[in-house]
Amino acid sequence: MAGLVALLLTLPLVGLRTVEVQSRLTIEPHLAEVAMTAFLVFLGRLGLTVAASGLPGPVLLAALATLGAGWFLPFPTEALRVLALAGAAVVAIRTLWALYRRQDPRSQQERDRSLDLWGARLQDATRLIGPVAVALALALPFLPFTDRAVLDLGILLLTYIMLGWGLNIVVGLAGLLDLGYVAFYAVGAYSYALLAQTFGFSFWLCLPLAGLLASLAGLTLGFPVLRLRGDYFAIVTLGFGEIVRIILLNWGDLTGGPNGIAGIPRPSFFGIADFTATPASGQVAFHQMFGLQYSPLHRIIFLYYLILALALLVNLFTMRIRRLPLGRAWEALREDDIACTALGINRTTIKLAAFAIAAMFGGIAGSFFATRQGFISPESFSFIESAIILAIVVLGGMGSQIGVVIATLLVIGLPEVFRDLAQYRMLSFGAGMVLIMLWRPRGLLSHREPTILLHPRKSATQQHAEAVGAP
Amino acid sequence: MDYFLQQLINGVTLGAIYGLVAIGYTMVYGIIGMINFAHGEIYMIGAFIAVISFLAVGLLGITWVPLAVVLVLILTMLFTAVYGWTVERLAYRPLRGSVRLAPLISAIGMSIFLQNYVQLVQGARVKPLPPVMSDVIVLADQAGGFRVSVSALQLLILALTVALMIGFTQVIARTSLGRAQRACEQDMKMASLLGIDVDRTISLTFVMGAALAGVAGVMVTMYYGVVDFYIGFLAGIKAFTAAVLGGIGSLPGAMLGGLLIGLIEAFWSAYFSVEYKDVATFVILVLVLIFRPTGLLGRPDLEKV
Repeated sequence: MAGLVALLLTLPLVGLRTVEVQSRLTIEPHLAEVAMTAFLVFLGRLGLTVAASGLPGPVLLAALATLGAGWFLPFPTEALRVLALAGAAVVAIRTLWALYRRQDPRSQQERDRSLDLWGARLQDATRLIGPVAVALALALPFLPFTDRAVLDLGILLLTYIMLGWGLNIVVGLAGLLDLGYVAFYAVGAYSYALLAQTFGFSFWLCLPLAGLLASLAGLTLGFPVLRLRGDYFAIVTLGFGEIVRIILLNWGDLTGGPNGIAGIPRPSFFGIADFTATPASGQVAFHQMFGLQYSPLHRIIFLYYLILALALLVNLFTMRIRRLPLGRAWEALREDDIACTALGINRTTIKLAAFAIAAMFGGIAGSFFATRQGFISPESFSFIESAIILAIVVLGGMGSQIGVVIATLLVIGLPEVFRDLAQYRMLSFGAGMVLIMLWRPRGLLSHREPTILLHPRKSATQQHAEAVGAP
Repeated sequence: MDYFLQQLINGVTLGAIYGLVAIGYTMVYGIIGMINFAHGEIYMIGAFIAVISFLAVGLLGITWVPLAVVLVLILTMLFTAVYGWTVERLAYRPLRGSVRLAPLISAIGMSIFLQNYVQLVQGARVKPLPPVMSDVIVLADQAGGFRVSVSALQLLILALTVALMIGFTQVIARTSLGRAQRACEQDMKMASLLGIDVDRTISLTFVMGAALAGVAGVMVTMYYGVVDFYIGFLAGIKAFTAAVLGGIGSLPGAMLGGLLIGLIEAFWSAYFSVEYKDVATFVILVLVLIFRPTGLLGRPDLEKV
């Protein structure tokens, strides 16, 4: 009965909703598509309802059949096929879930807790996984299957991981929602590009300078706005991100406006050797220095190690500072800022420190980005980038370092692998963000371990055993 | 002086549009305390539906302008309302009572989704209304008496905005729905204990906000004659700025904030530089938040422990 109501509700809604699918400048009707969309959604809704009312088995079969049909049968448009496939997949997963749930007497809360426990176990295991992952990352350039594409993907992933870890300091530790992180990324990238082009500074000099400038930008912004709380703060940082982008776009003399800056110098091997095939007179090229055959891959591998080192630096820094009074104060602030004030912690200073440090890492990542691309323009620093980085942090579970890595693999890695579906990439990115939030509102790895305990630390499994043991 | 007056008129028109979008933000924020990031996209969808229904109405052979405009308004409000309802149902309701960040992230995801959805089904190019239609719709009628031009369209926008404002203030102040909304704003748990269907009230709030954004979309389509899938983001931020400027949670505040933002933008483009008009808006947002975080007409926000 309830299913019927839901069905009646959704049918006209979806049928009417997609009426707007059809326009060029004169209307060309695609009523058939609308009808089919409505029909597909109707089927999906029906499937879910039937599954919920106790017949998951047949529905699962039907969904799988649709999945097969979507794969093989001709559809009038590509979009409809994608809709059919995605819908069928969702219904199939939901019915599988329902089947699983029927055998599983636990309540929703218990299931959530068990997922949390998985997260906690994973975090416990980080101590083991971490070094393994780092070793793997170190060995990657020398693995047999590694080519240029894999290295490029690795560099991209590591850049986002570094940004994610940087933003994690503000969002995850200090609990401030920063929607304009990309501004610092942009400041770093432009300061490297401009310093290198105008004054001929080398990459190794510019890297700390870019970090410094970005953290100055962070201080400048942070000083007035850090008094704000919650959503207001978020929206101001968003505004700041846009201001930076608009200035970059319009200050043509300095930044090249929408054309950006091209021909940004590549980094050298710690200032002693270049990655060119034919070095300038009096200089040694990298391959000569080490007696290797020249290969353009050397530069890529070097860049890969560089970003790996930078990212690990951020990670190390974060893990260390969490043990320091400053890091403790951040986390305390995140949990309850009024109590913090009562305890004599200066809110503004502490927040400012988090903001400036995160900005510094953003700036360093930015100057790495500039030197890798060799070309930057304001387009690379739009709000969507901020949203992606924030999504990485939140989806991973705020404050969780390993969560950032997993979320980056999901958010950046998956779309890169499925480049064929280019036009649906951002669409499914948005949908994925909503779905993950619905599934796990606190992020994939949301278990929060207290950073400081009165009694010695126990592993998460033990804690769980105790929690279950003591009713 | 003429120039000034002209900019004043332009600014007020623009401000009316921002104000209508801002109401959606302010109502939602007032009740559930979240920034509905997808609201700008609803407005963008409204603009698209307006273009489409103008074309449809034209195809049906309705050439009498007032009728066409009324039809388009009704259609757009209807569809955007459905969109608003769906967005709330799918992306926000399951997250109610969850951590504060969750609905915000979900809203950003929704906003990206809607933007790309429109881009996918309608194409990425800027959509101009065909001149034949805009001739019929845009009455480029120089109202006599003024030395500066007020198009009938601008008057229509202002009149419609004022009418909607009065209507909505009455709805909030007089009807049982409005009472339920105010109750939910004050204390959601108590309201539900007293028999108010909180979910329904919140749904209706989204529906109302979306319908208003739809009207703003129709207006902006008629006013500028071009639409593309990216307009929602910037308009959304500006409308939010307007809502904050006026004091979030307050209906007249949202309208006032919208007018101020519209005026600032018009005068800034007229007397300073067009490129930096958005920067001006954001700077104002920052200044307001620093010096008067509750906005012009907002209530002071007490820190609760």
